[in-house]
Amino acid sequence: MAKEKPGTLQIKSFGDHHVITQPNPLRKVLLRVPESDLDDPVGRAEKALAGLSGEFKNWMAIEADRLSAAHAAVLRDGFTLDNREELFRAAHDIKGDAATFGFPSAGAAADSLCRIIEHAPDLDQVPADLITHHINAIQAIVRERTKLDTAVMASKLSKQLRGVADEFLLKVNRDRPEHLEAILAPSIVPAE
Amino acid sequence: MYRIDFNKLRFLICDDNPHMRRILRTLLHSFGAREVYEAEDGATALEMYSHYVPDIVITDWAMPIFDGLELAQMIRQPESKGNPYAPIIMLTGHSEKRRVTVARDAGVTEFLAKPISAKGLYQRILNVVASPRPFIKTKTYFGPDRRRNTNNTYIGPERRVGGEMEVMQQPSLLDKARSGI
Repeated sequence: MAKEKPGTLQIKSFGDHHVITQPNPLRKVLLRVPESDLDDPVGRAEKALAGLSGEFKNWMAIEADRLSAAHAAVLRDGFTLDNREELFRAAHDIKGDAATFGFPSAGAAADSLCRIIEHAPDLDQVPADLITHHINAIQAIVRERTKLDTAVMASKLSKQLRGVADEFLLKVNRDRPEHLEAILAPSIVPAE
Repeated sequence: MYRIDFNKLRFLICDDNPHMRRILRTLLHSFGAREVYEAEDGATALEMYSHYVPDIVITDWAMPIFDGLELAQMIRQPESKGNPYAPIIMLTGHSEKRRVTVARDAGVTEFLAKPISAKGLYQRILNVVASPRPFIKTKTYFGPDRRRNTNNTYIGPERRVGGEMEVMQQPSLLDKARSGI
């Protein structure tokens, strides 16, 4: 960026706080253009993202395998602090990335798994099958993606998993209002 | 109509997931950005923040050891050598409303829940470029004004009445950060 002239900070003081205003240092990157300007940075970016899509299935497989490895560590050693963290991070990454990679139902299943890890009072008391079903569902969704009816089946599967997980979480958190509130609160991300 | 000249912006992105960094880099380059620096953890991002003096920071939340929230808190230290005023966009898989509040209270400027979209990212960047908010300093908070809207029906104490304006001549924040003052 071009070198800025010395600017001024305006500080307005009140009883218990200050309001600090500075001249917008980024104003010089705002260009006024005519309505006829056809530049479409969002359209360009969407095309570029579509251009990456050939790699998405491979990336998704890598993330699913990472999740399976984290789960294997839990099955072997139980829920240690590190195992729990790695399982959560692996699931959390899939939750955030899967829809971008074209696997929204895997993201939904990963979200359900994240909720179990975050809100179960004692992870050792979570039915082992519940977590295993989540892991298996994500792997199946990723592997079977190219088959017919997969999207519909994947969506149904992830919704069923979420239903079972939520039923469990509501039951074990009945005396923990903060967790209940978080479990029942709507997501800020629009539904699939 | 306004357009952003991305060629003049310097970005720092921080995410421990290499796939997400690749996606962010692709989107920013497609917007027209040429200077995009990457960090895979909060500690490295903090070092790069001091070194490269980015105009905008885009950070993930959940990262091992030193996460995005801590990065935002460190950047927002008003006594730090670096620029505490840079816009911070938090891009995260966390989707609960309470997380938005926590991020806001850590001094994050904009919050973008994954899955990422080109339009969502562009809009957040446009917000911080075209509509920067003043900063608030209290005993427990330093960061962008957390008030987004004016509530005409608010009934209650008003803390911003009166007050004294003080104009301080200072070198620009960019020069201050680069000179290490």
